[in-house]
Amino acid sequence: MNFELDEEQVMLKTAARDFLEKECPKKLVREMMEDKRGYSPELWKKISDQDWLGLTFPEEYGGTGCCFLDLAVLLEECGRALLPAPIIPTVVLTAHPIMAAGTEEQKKQYLPKIANGEMILTLAFMEASGGLEASDVNVTATPSGDNFIINGTKLFVPDAHIADYLLCVTRTKNGPDKEQGTSLFLVDARTDGIRIEVLKTMTDEKLCEVVFNNVAVHKKNVLGKLDQGWPVMKRVLVEAQVAECAWMTGGARWAMEISIDYARLRIAFGRPIGSFQAIQHKLANMAVEVEGATSIVYYAAWTIMENNPDMTLAASMAKSWCGETYKHATFDGVQIHGGIGYTWDHDMHLYLKRAKACEVTFGDSNYHREKVAQMLHI
Amino acid sequence: MDFSLSPQEEAFRKELCDWLDKNTPELRQRMRRQGPPGGAPGAGEESPEAQEFTRWWHKKLYDAGYVGIAWPKEYGGRGATIMEQVIFNEEMAKHRAPGGVGGLGIGWAGPTIMAAGTEEQKKRFLPKILSGEEVWCQAFSEPEAGSDLANSQTRAVEDGDDYVVNGQKVWTTGGMRADWAILLAKTEFDPSVPRHRTFSYFLMDMHSPGVTVRPLREMTGAAAFGETFLDNVRIPKNLMVGQKNNGWYISMGTLEFERSNSSSAIQHLTTISNLIELTHKMERNGQPLSKDPVTRQKIAQFYIEANVGKYIGLRALTRQLRGQTPGPESSVGSLLAMELGQRIEDLAMYLQGPYSQLVRGSKYAIDNGAWQRSFLASRGRTIMTGTSEIKRNIIAQRTLGLPRYTE
Repeated sequence: MNFELDEEQVMLKTAARDFLEKECPKKLVREMMEDKRGYSPELWKKISDQDWLGLTFPEEYGGTGCCFLDLAVLLEECGRALLPAPIIPTVVLTAHPIMAAGTEEQKKQYLPKIANGEMILTLAFMEASGGLEASDVNVTATPSGDNFIINGTKLFVPDAHIADYLLCVTRTKNGPDKEQGTSLFLVDARTDGIRIEVLKTMTDEKLCEVVFNNVAVHKKNVLGKLDQGWPVMKRVLVEAQVAECAWMTGGARWAMEISIDYARLRIAFGRPIGSFQAIQHKLANMAVEVEGATSIVYYAAWTIMENNPDMTLAASMAKSWCGETYKHATFDGVQIHGGIGYTWDHDMHLYLKRAKACEVTFGDSNYHREKVAQMLHI
Repeated sequence: MDFSLSPQEEAFRKELCDWLDKNTPELRQRMRRQGPPGGAPGAGEESPEAQEFTRWWHKKLYDAGYVGIAWPKEYGGRGATIMEQVIFNEEMAKHRAPGGVGGLGIGWAGPTIMAAGTEEQKKRFLPKILSGEEVWCQAFSEPEAGSDLANSQTRAVEDGDDYVVNGQKVWTTGGMRADWAILLAKTEFDPSVPRHRTFSYFLMDMHSPGVTVRPLREMTGAAAFGETFLDNVRIPKNLMVGQKNNGWYISMGTLEFERSNSSSAIQHLTTISNLIELTHKMERNGQPLSKDPVTRQKIAQFYIEANVGKYIGLRALTRQLRGQTPGPESSVGSLLAMELGQRIEDLAMYLQGPYSQLVRGSKYAIDNGAWQRSFLASRGRTIMTGTSEIKRNIIAQRTLGLPRYTE
């Protein structure tokens, strides 16, 4: 057994941090909040040159054949930098299910182009209910000749406005068992009948409404088996949860470190505020949560890498824990910084807002605790 | 990163499980006879039956080579790898098997003697610690020196071939039946010398003239620890461990041994499964408590925290395996575990509603009052091995590098 990163993973982490400190300063993050596209195509290209986008793809599809844990390590650094780029939607939410369930032709069509930065994809899953179950999928796809016709509205679709393709989760059969009759389609985002509207968000992340109005998609664009899309989605959700957790852990660790630095330097009553127990104990609690987050995320990422059956449980434990951790770290981060932490100019609010957004993305802490309860047969 | 076991580790686990499976039926039977065990450390009943039971179980473990497994072979241990120790702790917790006699001797006194003792001390003491023939206690804390241990006042003054010791120690766990104590006493009285360089570390015969131990009753009603009065107690000079006035640093080393890895988190997982069983048994509004959404949330949260604690512990372990100094993981892990233990016990009481008031021997007491005892014992968890406040100070100052408060 060995429960720490190996040498190559440490190198990847260090290289990622150096790259992002240089290429993704907070100035860029703030610019991208204002930017209509919300990402920098130049930076996207550089990311692809770093082999990040195809990190987990087999070499034959332009990747470097690394494991999910390596990706988690990378995403931790992206989360720390608040990287404004659709890396989770493209890699985790769509490229991975293509790798897992796609035909040879589909893999060849998408993966190399994703790896070299030419193609951005995203997942169109959630709808007005905001839920994550098969029963929440009500956008329909009905057969018509060689095509399926998609109708309905997807919500909270990340980065749809810049995506070349949408992986759309649809209902193709409506029986009592909602997990049956769910199908996934790869849809060209420029197809007639698709209307995409960017929703204004607190983080300025680009979440979209995507309306499908009689959108025709060829039947060869189904991903995996028709009506059997749910098992693929379940795996996507587990990976998405752990990817999100890695991202959150990076942000939480940033909030902790910068708060420690501030507490060491800020003088009040003639001494550093970090010498007061009120501050020390807040930071000690933060350390428990952040070290805990790192530990459970690495474990969860390892279960995915190993196809271990505990991955669903591990992902729920991680998501529940990290949701609280990131929030507490940024809330106390603001508190420890005092007035300066409450200002627009300080970066803490960028993380605080992201913490609140991440908390509800792919299931909040209560949702995952209930999942854990079910898996424990409580 | 790899969370799976090697073939050798798997073999060790199997051998241990086979042994436990063979021996736990008798263990259960004997445990039932003497009533429910205390869940948390410090709950130990000092009745003759309980002591007899512990001695019986210690011998079983000892004969099978499962006492002091971490000790090197040359000192009679198994020389188990750190990973094997983790497996051992995990399986013992899963099988709900108690430890043997004198965890303090095996976990603290022994390793300190191994690390800093003379050859003579090693030969004299180590075998009898392992066999359980001699029981050890620890005499560090004093009435005016708990969290602030460096304020200890007990004095040891040279007199011929001996030191003569006077003072009072407190919270001496197992002091009433201990044969030997590890003792911290002042040997330098020059007030200009920094406090940490004024102590020496001794091995003290608890049967020496001048040693009096008075039991202290805990809130559980049991008396697991006592006050130890030292009145002109003579300790031969050859029972000092390490150099004179270097005792503080040796005692800090002793405290290092006490740092838990993942085992307390794993014990919590066992308690959580007992808690889940309890929610299936208890009814509220005509249905099992296990259906109550709030209860489900709370227990799931405990389960998550226990697992987080487990994986924090395993990361700390990896550093240890690589020969690195303990990182932030080790101290945050123990803080998490001690507070989690209290919350689990508190909920277990709460869920029993009015029945939570009934203790062992009471007609309707649930699980014969086991939860009531372990709940009370759990209140000591955040005090006993360093209060949770001190743990937070240590995390803040030693691992996060925040400055100490100075006047």
